[in-house]
Amino acid sequence: MFNQYRQCFKVSIRALLANKVRSFLTMTGIIIGVSAVIIIMAVGAGAQSLILAQVKTLGTDLIGVLPGKAEEDGPPASIMGIIITTLTYDDAVAMAESKNVPNVTAVVAYTKGTGTAVWGANSYDTNLSGCTTGYMEVESGEVLNGRFFNKEEEKDLSRVAVLGSTVKEELFGESEAVGQKIKIKKQSFEVIGVMKERGTVAFQDYDDQIFLPIKTMQKLVAGVHHLGLIRAKVDDEENIAIAVSDIEALLRERHGIIDSSGRGDDFTVRNAAQALDMITVITDALRYFLAAMAAMSLIVGGIGIMNIMLVNVTERTREIGLRKAVGANNADISNQFLMEAISVTLLGGLIGVIIGIFISYLIALGAHFLGYEWAFIVPPLSIILAVVVSMLVGLVFGLYPARKAAKLDPIEALRYE
Amino acid sequence: MTKSLRLLKKVIKAENLKKEYRNGEIVTKVLQEISFEIKQGEFVAIMGPSGSGKSTLMHILGFLDRATSGDYHFEGREITKLKDDELAFLRNEKVGFVFQSFNLLPRTTVLDNVKLPLTYSHSKKNVDEIAKKVLESVGLGHRLNYYTNQISGGEKQRVAIARALVNNPSVIFADEPTGNLDSKSGVQIMEILQDLNEQGNTIILVTHETYTSEHAKRIIKIRDGKIEDDYSVAKRRLARDGEVLK
Repeated sequence: MFNQYRQCFKVSIRALLANKVRSFLTMTGIIIGVSAVIIIMAVGAGAQSLILAQVKTLGTDLIGVLPGKAEEDGPPASIMGIIITTLTYDDAVAMAESKNVPNVTAVVAYTKGTGTAVWGANSYDTNLSGCTTGYMEVESGEVLNGRFFNKEEEKDLSRVAVLGSTVKEELFGESEAVGQKIKIKKQSFEVIGVMKERGTVAFQDYDDQIFLPIKTMQKLVAGVHHLGLIRAKVDDEENIAIAVSDIEALLRERHGIIDSSGRGDDFTVRNAAQALDMITVITDALRYFLAAMAAMSLIVGGIGIMNIMLVNVTERTREIGLRKAVGANNADISNQFLMEAISVTLLGGLIGVIIGIFISYLIALGAHFLGYEWAFIVPPLSIILAVVVSMLVGLVFGLYPARKAAKLDPIEALRYE
Repeated sequence: MTKSLRLLKKVIKAENLKKEYRNGEIVTKVLQEISFEIKQGEFVAIMGPSGSGKSTLMHILGFLDRATSGDYHFEGREITKLKDDELAFLRNEKVGFVFQSFNLLPRTTVLDNVKLPLTYSHSKKNVDEIAKKVLESVGLGHRLNYYTNQISGGEKQRVAIARALVNNPSVIFADEPTGNLDSKSGVQIMEILQDLNEQGNTIILVTHETYTSEHAKRIIKIRDGKIEDDYSVAKRRLARDGEVLK
């Protein structure tokens, strides 16, 4: 029995080597498909680790409060651009008071928008972040030049602005920005500071924004009263759960919500761990979707295999006849051709894995070169999956040619010219 | 004494074998009411012109095909109703084929070609030993690792004979074994077949040449699907005597 399989394998290899170019061309479909799956999985894992690492640098000791109630662990409706006006400036102020939420050390409230900033002949479209002074502590902001606005300016509708580094660059170039007047929505603002460059973290460009005092933003620029987001910093990561429930209780009380189960909430409290989970879920879904798309090419490759195996069966009709004449039964013939198909796809799969790992490594190398903290990760599961799937492709697409070979009439086959 | 007893043992018994091909309404009768017996140790030539049905008869006798009707007993066993896999098993265990066009596997060594029937046999051990021994017996001990495209036509047919012998079959079928060979190689092949018969092997030779058929001990003449004649060869030709086949 074993001898027979060894012989079968020998025949398969010999048949592959007899038509090297053809075998290779047949394999390319599988090679491309498998390497694409490996690359996507590896690059996806690398990108995911990059994003997660960046989110962690934002701080895992942060709690976010969003307006609107979220379904399960999904994002609240406000993320999707639906305006919900349930969070107010006073909510943020109450959260910052230590008698309400003892573990919170700092709070920042945001009302965001977009607008065009003008200085002289220069203009630039950017993000407008109305926020409270808590920004500096909660988000670990650093001022490069000048200063951030203070408590008084936050409340008294001061027309002052702090520029992100990109905005400063776009509007002023090399010129000094602090002390200059810029115009936003036809209103004049004095630039009192420029922020240090921070880069893009978790899809958000920290440098491409102008910070305005929240009241100024709400009343003079946006014309609204609600907040888009409140962020609170907790004294210790261990106290996050307590802080979350304190905040929930506080907001329910302030909003007159009696139901403490959370079902009646008009806000959503999230912490960084949940955000990390959510990012993982989303990026995983993207990775698997892309990998599945790449796996489609394996089906195309499989059809190529089937095509070549059918040619193979026709070409070797006499051999099949002879094998039957010396005692091979239908299963023997069928197994042989199946084995050949699987050998082709398995070999193609292994080559694809090697090429995929190699290219993923090059990409990781390139990302490192560009200064990203890119982890070179090849999930072992993706290798196992690629190999198993390529074998399966051989099995599935080899089945029909193998059965066709097995069904040949020995006499007809021996006579075949 | 033992020899005569063995000679009496029937290997093949055909009764009223018929073979018809049906193509729509048209029925082609290839074999009609064929009956004969072949005993162990015989050397029978089935002779007839092309289209006479002799190849079809050989295919039925060699388990490659089934008769449309009639009975075929091989070593006392009813063959007509066996399934495909059972026929494959019998081809492997009981018969060996030598074809006109050799039918060796390309890109394969002489030794591996001879081992081929053993790979489909489920009980054999020492596969290499057996194959080597058989190859030596046909004078090809020095060609074991040659590829089949590196040897001459006569050698190819000797490889085919070795392959037919390797499972120690009850009957060897040779279908026009000299048809693709020059006369000198043809003689060598007939000599090997006669030697094998002398050693007790039952041989059935299919040919359209009277000359070749006269190397056998008995001739069954087929014409239009019927047995025209069945007789012992009175003046048998011996390849060893140096007679050259035309």
